[in-house]
Parts: sequence; C-alpha cells; structure tokens
Amino acid sequence: MTEPKTPASHSFETALKRLETIVKEMESGELSLDDMMTRFEEGSKLVKSCGTTLNEVEQKIERLIRDGEKLTTEAFEPKDT
Amino acid sequence: MLDSPAQRKIYAVTELTRRIKEAIEGTIGWVWLEGELSNVSRPASGHLYFSLKDEAAQIKGAFFRGRQQGLRFAPKDGMMVRVYGQVSVYERSGQYQIIVQQMEQAGEGALQAAFEALKKKLAAEGLFDASRKRPCPMLPQCIGVVTSPTGAAIRDILNVLLRRYPNVRVLIAPVKVQGDGAAAEIAQAIDDLNACGAVDVCIVGRGGGSLEDLWAFNEEVVARAIARSRIPVISAVGHEIDYAISDFVADLRAPTPSAAAELVVGRKADFEDMLEQYARRLTRALNTYYLQQKNRYDRFAGSWVFREPRNLVQRHRHALESTQRTLTHTLRNAAQQREQRLDEAGLRLRHLIVAGLKDRQNRLGQCQHQLRLLSPRSVLDRGYSITRDDQGRILRTSDRTKPGTTLTTLLAAGRIKSTVTETIEGAPHDRA
Repeated sequence: MTEPKTPASHSFETALKRLETIVKEMESGELSLDDMMTRFEEGSKLVKSCGTTLNEVEQKIERLIRDGEKLTTEAFEPKDT
Repeated sequence: MLDSPAQRKIYAVTELTRRIKEAIEGTIGWVWLEGELSNVSRPASGHLYFSLKDEAAQIKGAFFRGRQQGLRFAPKDGMMVRVYGQVSVYERSGQYQIIVQQMEQAGEGALQAAFEALKKKLAAEGLFDASRKRPCPMLPQCIGVVTSPTGAAIRDILNVLLRRYPNVRVLIAPVKVQGDGAAAEIAQAIDDLNACGAVDVCIVGRGGGSLEDLWAFNEEVVARAIARSRIPVISAVGHEIDYAISDFVADLRAPTPSAAAELVVGRKADFEDMLEQYARRLTRALNTYYLQQKNRYDRFAGSWVFREPRNLVQRHRHALESTQRTLTHTLRNAAQQREQRLDEAGLRLRHLIVAGLKDRQNRLGQCQHQLRLLSPRSVLDRGYSITRDDQGRILRTSDRTKPGTTLTTLLAAGRIKSTVTETIEGAPHDRA
C-alpha cells in the first residue's frame, strides 16, 4: 500500500482557515498600515487560488478494477450491470 | 357414567369455553414459538393474522396493531419467524391461537447476539473511540465509493454528488453487498482504495434491507478494514433505525447513501459564496481601515500639538506666551486708543453740535432781522408811509388820483386823512 498523496483538499481547508484568520485580524483594526497591506495581498492571493482549486478538478466517474495484485481504473457507466 | 338428570352438571357453551380458556392460559401461558408463516393476512384494521406451521402441525396466531411498533420486517408467507406470546382461546369461534407480543425473524436472535458480542469486543479495543475519528476533507479531490455497482445506492450517491459538485471525481470499488463473501469483498475494496492513492475520502454502504441483508456490514473483516483505512470512511448502511458495526468504526455515519453523499462534499455554490464573502470582507476591512486612518489624520493634522514633537512644545511655549503677552498688550493699547479716540470724537462732536447750534441760532437771528427789515412795519419805522385812496387802493403813482380825493396815510404810529389839491406826474423812483 502506498501513502495517499497529500491531497489538495487539505490545502484548500488550510487556505480557508488562513483566510478566516486574515480577515478577522484585518477587521480588528489593530494592524499597522503595512500589516494591513500585507494581509490584504495574502488574502487576495488565497481567494484566487481557492477559486482555482474549486474548478481545477474535472468530472470523472471511474471504477476500480483489481487484476491479481494490479489495480487499474476504467470509466464507470451507471447503467452498467 | 351417566348421572340422574338432577345430578348432571350442564355447562353453557360460553361457560365451558371460558373454562377451557382458563385451563389453557393457566397451564401453557406465555411461550416462545418458532415456525413458518402461512396464510398471512393484514386487513384494514392493521392487525396481522397468520398461521405458524411445521411439518406436522399448525397453530393460528394474531399480532394486534398496537403491539407492532417493534416489528423490523414485513412478515410474509414462508418466512421463518420466532414469536413470543400467550396461547389463548378465541371464544366466538372456539379456536385456540397465540396472541403475539413480539415477532422476529428466526436466526435474528443469534445474529443479534453475535452483533452484541462483536460490538463489545471492538469497543474494548478502542476501535469506536472518538479520538480515532479522522476529519473528512472539506473539498475532497477524489471520492471513493465501496458499494454494489448495480444497486440503488450508487445511483443515489452519484445523483447527489453531481448535483452538488458537478466537477467531482469519483472512484467506485464495485462489490457484492450481501450474501457469501460480501464482507471479504467490502474489506478488500477498502484496502484497494487506500492503495491506489488518489482517493481522500470513502463512502462504504448499501441501501436498506433486512438484518440478514445488511449483515456484511456487521462483520469483523469489514470493521477491521475500516479501522485500518488511512482514508476517512463514511459508513452508509441504509437502515435509519439500527446501527451496523461499520457505523461505529467509521469516521462518520450517514443514515442512507444519499445522506453520505451530502456529507462528503459541500455544494460548490456554497464554496463559491464563501470565497466571495472573504473577498468582500478583505476589501471592506481595508476600506474601513483606510477611512479610519484618514479620519484620525484629518482630526489631528490641523492640531498644533500633534504636529510638534514633544521637545518642541517647551520651546514653543515661550513663543506662545510672548505672543500672548504681545497680543494682550496690543489689544489693551488698542482699546485705550480707541477709548481715547472715542473721547476725542465725542468732544469734537459736542463741539460741532454746539457750534452748529450757535451757527444756526445766528442764522436764525439774521433771518429774523432780515424778515423784520422786509416787513412794511419796519419800513414805516424808518420814516416811510403807505397811502391809500378813498377806495383803499395803495397809491404808487400820482396819476392814479385827482384833486379833491380824500387819502388815508398809514404812518409808523397813527394815520392822517388829507385831501389832494394837485397831482404832479413823474417817473418811478424819481427823486424830487
């Protein structure tokens, strides 16, 4: 068994959490102008990259086939019997 | 043995039936009974009537609606069931029957016992501990599904997934979900999805069915495969009331496959809304901050105190004080001067007024004098006189009268009446 790759889903979640932190810090009004600008730029980049993540996956419905020890996939048609 | 009619004990039918009923209920009473269902009928009343039979005998049974809440299957002819009830007599038809309190499928009890034993064992190992539960990813990149490729479950799951997130990726590990070998296939499929690497969350389940149909999900191999899965597992065994062992081991439990699909991925539109909200909050926070800073700056920018560093304040205090002194002095001087000027002005004014008055008085005097000079009376005073004829006309020339006319002359004091003796013509103002 191989380790699952670090899924992009976790980076999406991390990005959303970071966004929440950034926005709250900015809304607190306790940051300096420099920090405000830095946070704003970081936040804007996160919003953009998260938007990209939402759309980068293509719809793909597959079935897993076990051939001895080998695993392959093929397209799955829900009408298959 | 025939008694005489007087000694005979004669029962009414009802009475005898009641005795029989009492005898049966008293001696047999409550029993567990196993047999095959036949002649199952459920009239509109909702009560269930049936016969239970084996190879050699049968007994009628009734299962009243009010007792049926715990029934977990639809009784059908041919089904082997186990019932608990009281053997009694239905007096109207004189038939004995078993009045059922509880009905379960035969073998259910044994399965239930096995279920409880396995549940206890796995719980003792800590496989159900909350600390073992892994969080499911918010946005899975690839969703694994372990179920039958032909059942309603996979259709429901795909419908929900594609509706919520059109560009989702799904990898189905097709398995048998009931019957011999089902549990082993399910366990293998969970391992396979872990092995192939792409999957980051996995639904394991099937649609509803009888306890026996669902049994694979209560087997230890499945429970162990779920427990060792690196991928978070959502158990979705379609039975809303009862739990399967897989429900306890899984990271998340859904009552149906559709519900599992809803748990596994949020609506894409919701994610998009969320990002839009963040974008809006970022901009708003920056705007608000800018406006606040601008206000603060505006408020203080004009302030002398804000502009000068503290060490300059001392220095400027002297300047300020001196300025104040000067200013005060100037003001005071100005006031004095103004007062003085006012005094002067007043004086002059008074002078002017007085002078003006005098002047006017003088002029008035002159005017009165001139008026007096012009008055006929003052002319008379100076020796002149006014003469009128007998008709009262003032005489300016001698030709306006003739001798014999009586004239009246007005003097400064008194009058003279005289008669004209001669008229002498002459030019006006001719000095005689």
